[in-house]
Amino acid sequence: MKPISAKHRKDRKGISVFTQPGKRFQTESHLCLASPAKQNHHLKLHETTPSLATSKPSVLCGQSLSPPPGRLLRRDTQATHMTRNPSPEPKESTRNPTRTGMRLIVPLQGVVQGRGGLILGSLIPCALFYFLQFYLKRHRSPPSNPPSQSPSAANLSELPRSSSRANLLARGSTGRANLSARATSIAKPNDSPYYIGLDRVREDPYDEIDNPDGIIQLGLSENRLSLDLIEDWVSQNLTDLKLGVGSQALGLSGIATYQPMDGLMEFKVAMADFMTEVMGRTVSFDPSRVVLTSGATPALEILSFCLADQGNAFLVPAPYYPGFDRDIRWRTGVELIPVHCRSCDNFTLSITALEQTFNQAKKRGHKVRGILISNPSNPVGNLLNRDTLYDLLDFARERNIHIISDEIFAGSTYGNEEFVSMSEIVDAEDADKDRVHIIYGLSKDLSIPGFRVGVIYSYNENVLAASRKLTRFSSVSSLTQQILVSMLSDKRFIQEYIKTNRQRIRTMCDLFVAGLRELGVECTKSSGGLYCWVDMSRLISPYNEKGELDLWDKLLNIGKINVTPGSACHCIEPGWFRFCFTTLNEKEIPVVMERIQKVVESCKPSV
Amino acid sequence: MEFESGNSQLLSKIATSDQHGENSPYFDGWKAYDNDPFHPTQNPRGVIQMGLAENQLSLDLIEEWIKKNPRASICNGEGLHAFKNIVLFQDYHGLPQFRNGVAKFMAKARGGRVSFDPDRIVMAGGATGANEMLMFCLADPGDGFLVPSPYYPAFNRDLRWRTGVQLLPVMCQSSNNFQITKQALEEAYQNAQKANIKVKGVILANPSNPLGTTLDRTTLRSLVTFINDKQIHLVCDEIYAATVFGGPSFISISEIIEEMESINRDLIHIVYSLSKDMGLPGLRVGIMYSYNNTVVNCGRKMSSFGLVSSQTQHLLASMLSDQEFTDKFVLENCTRLANRHEMFTQGLEEMGIRCLKSNAGLFCWMDLRHLLKEPTFESEMSLWRVIISDVKLNVSPGSSFHCCEPGWFRVCFANMDDETVKVALGRIRMFVGQRKDVEVQVKKSWHRNLRLSFSSLIYDETMASSPRIMSPHSPLVRATT
Repeated sequence: MKPISAKHRKDRKGISVFTQPGKRFQTESHLCLASPAKQNHHLKLHETTPSLATSKPSVLCGQSLSPPPGRLLRRDTQATHMTRNPSPEPKESTRNPTRTGMRLIVPLQGVVQGRGGLILGSLIPCALFYFLQFYLKRHRSPPSNPPSQSPSAANLSELPRSSSRANLLARGSTGRANLSARATSIAKPNDSPYYIGLDRVREDPYDEIDNPDGIIQLGLSENRLSLDLIEDWVSQNLTDLKLGVGSQALGLSGIATYQPMDGLMEFKVAMADFMTEVMGRTVSFDPSRVVLTSGATPALEILSFCLADQGNAFLVPAPYYPGFDRDIRWRTGVELIPVHCRSCDNFTLSITALEQTFNQAKKRGHKVRGILISNPSNPVGNLLNRDTLYDLLDFARERNIHIISDEIFAGSTYGNEEFVSMSEIVDAEDADKDRVHIIYGLSKDLSIPGFRVGVIYSYNENVLAASRKLTRFSSVSSLTQQILVSMLSDKRFIQEYIKTNRQRIRTMCDLFVAGLRELGVECTKSSGGLYCWVDMSRLISPYNEKGELDLWDKLLNIGKINVTPGSACHCIEPGWFRFCFTTLNEKEIPVVMERIQKVVESCKPSV
Repeated sequence: MEFESGNSQLLSKIATSDQHGENSPYFDGWKAYDNDPFHPTQNPRGVIQMGLAENQLSLDLIEEWIKKNPRASICNGEGLHAFKNIVLFQDYHGLPQFRNGVAKFMAKARGGRVSFDPDRIVMAGGATGANEMLMFCLADPGDGFLVPSPYYPAFNRDLRWRTGVQLLPVMCQSSNNFQITKQALEEAYQNAQKANIKVKGVILANPSNPLGTTLDRTTLRSLVTFINDKQIHLVCDEIYAATVFGGPSFISISEIIEEMESINRDLIHIVYSLSKDMGLPGLRVGIMYSYNNTVVNCGRKMSSFGLVSSQTQHLLASMLSDQEFTDKFVLENCTRLANRHEMFTQGLEEMGIRCLKSNAGLFCWMDLRHLLKEPTFESEMSLWRVIISDVKLNVSPGSSFHCCEPGWFRVCFANMDDETVKVALGRIRMFVGQRKDVEVQVKKSWHRNLRLSFSSLIYDETMASSPRIMSPHSPLVRATT
């Protein structure tokens, strides 16, 4: 009984990335091996549960300045230690509200110091605390949760939850903590609706014929529009002879044996050329500054490991890509501080807001090591203009911090606006280059995420040297590199591909935006990326994160479409959603619109 | 390096520290090789790489298979949507067929006596990535892991650099053939406790790198008992499992825990890879296999930082599912390794050089204690520098493996062809022969500098045999002589 219950609680909190059928590990199978360490592990699951339950509301309330994760983590560990006392039960119940209260008040003090006065400072926490209690009451006890409503409800079982605790107590003190704090905190990144939605699609994916009632994936920025071009190229060009396997000159030993961890030189050259092509041939990239990694995810992590120590922070214009939280914060211990952009500015970054956030962060004792921008922005899809980029560079120079520019969608721009790479600005400035680092990859622009190719392009020799060494943990398969060398070196194909791909994204975007407009739903004007940023704030009630998540839940469970809610992207205004449209084909747009319409209509009476 | 020093302060400790370990002699040897690599025709006097544990003996088998199955590597051929699905596939669970294939191969590499659950297979960027991932999952910065020495030098980098974990050597002695004893384990554990270090587990390579030996059943059982008593983790790096070419046969930890009933399986983790057993390090396939559900789940999320290319997964899925091929490969590979090992150790024995008796791996653990001037690590270092710069073999000194006794060297023999092995043996023979001469000379004339005279002898030899040029020298030579 005990382990089942532990699992049950785990699932309820939405740590359900592993809910793929047949892949979840049923702890039951190891019942016979119950021993101190095993208990310990369950014990920790229990311990993390309260913090999980509270983590969502804390985002809700302290949205403008979410509490530093490092501190939370430490508090969680403390909690784990506390359970070594013989009677953890009473403590847990008393500790809970105090902990959440602290977590709210600490960031709110920041708000107050920044803008408000004494009254706001005392009123807001009280009000928010009240809401929090209310929220908790609604969401904590499973009986009040009808199984069909919550996305993770399907995983709930009706088992009593207290049995494991009794067992734990019977065993008494259980030795030292078993896994690392990182492993224990795995729940954190995945209680985000972003990951929950992705999992739901994995379980029940839409298929026109096989599963017409399945969930349509609009939550993953994946480009399926131009895959036929790649496939054509492969079938025309890639015979076994060109693989380098059959060719006598090279042979398998030239590929299969140990190769430079940061990528084959030929691939770096091809990649630099491709980047130049994608960025509109306004800058040229130096192959010797290219470091290849297995995807942009490790590229970002490696760069973070190089630029910041544990506890340091990066400023990130928000809304931002939900994956940043996992990619950057999880193992490095680097914190991300959102710089809020608002709908009235079309979600463009303002240097004033940046300055303000920087100063606030400094006041709160954060050591800010850099700014992380995504350009074209993910999830908004707008571009940073030349002036802003210059301002950013000036800002970084004044404060002596780094700039990380994630330009992974550079080749997926389609509007009339001009895309300016950070490298262009740096080239023009010709001074102080070594604080600028660019992230790139082939997952979006060449739509081959499976091949896992990411790029760190840095102007800083030290960063290059360190990241080259760090690529030993995440290098690209040499066989894949070999294939891509021949593809990227086919200049005519690449030019043709980029052009056609842009056209197709544009067509899709126009169709999608027009479809939404017919339903009375507007988007921000976007010029790049594989998604649009949709304003549904008029459809949510109440006008806060809860309302937004309710609507998200409806879209997922009634409309059967998975989208990314703004709160997962740390957007400060509720009611915004990211819809990726490149996973669809044109025929599917009416289906999607119909589904959205169903949800929109169901919302209207309540507005 | 054209940047102001002021700015480098802006970088993290990880970027600026020395933790990458590339300043150790182990990497010096590589640099010497990189500067002057041996080539049978173009640079016959170059340094022969014997510091790289790479298996090139059976690559032809794989090449042949790929030629026969060209579609596997370019991912098309299984219906219309196959290509699209592979290209887009970025699920961190990995392709199901890939995991099945790996599970089957892992079982095969362990003689089919155990089976592995494909759902517990977690991908990582090589065994390097898998080892680091386990450290990330099991230990917090400052925690310690016991590791029997001598151990793989890059553990210092892979396991510690980003995770902040400490490695605490468990001393193994030549007197009992470097076996891991319970006393040594206990002692290391107690020492750590005294130093106030939280020991989170034991990590070891079985078959051992650098020893090339496999752990026997008794040792494995006592290890498991030890970690189970202490409730700490056991990480078994079994990347050389299919390189066991002689008796006694390899026993995996997974077999032991099947036999032992009252142990906590949550503490057992295995690292695997195809780099050594199949000789495919370029493909960067590392596997973490854990019996602990939380670790599997956590590792799976971490594998986003080192996913294997779906193209490569697809290729390997077909290759590893080809039972006929894998059967043949494992058998043939072991035969070739056995022959190579025999040839090399026989050659050494003829010169009076002994190696630790081994039955696995791509290397042997060579005993040169009799060639040391005195039993110190300084002496080992100077002998090693002579071997690199004058004998022109990049072997790895025992000190870089944290061996507690000076005079042992790891020599890799599977990353070259037979001819190169003969050249290497020839150089060693020459060296040992001259060393004896030198010893005689030293006895005659007390004041002669041993190293210089040796160098001059080599020079003579080079001049005599090749009238063209002397081989270019690495900076190391200048530094030491």
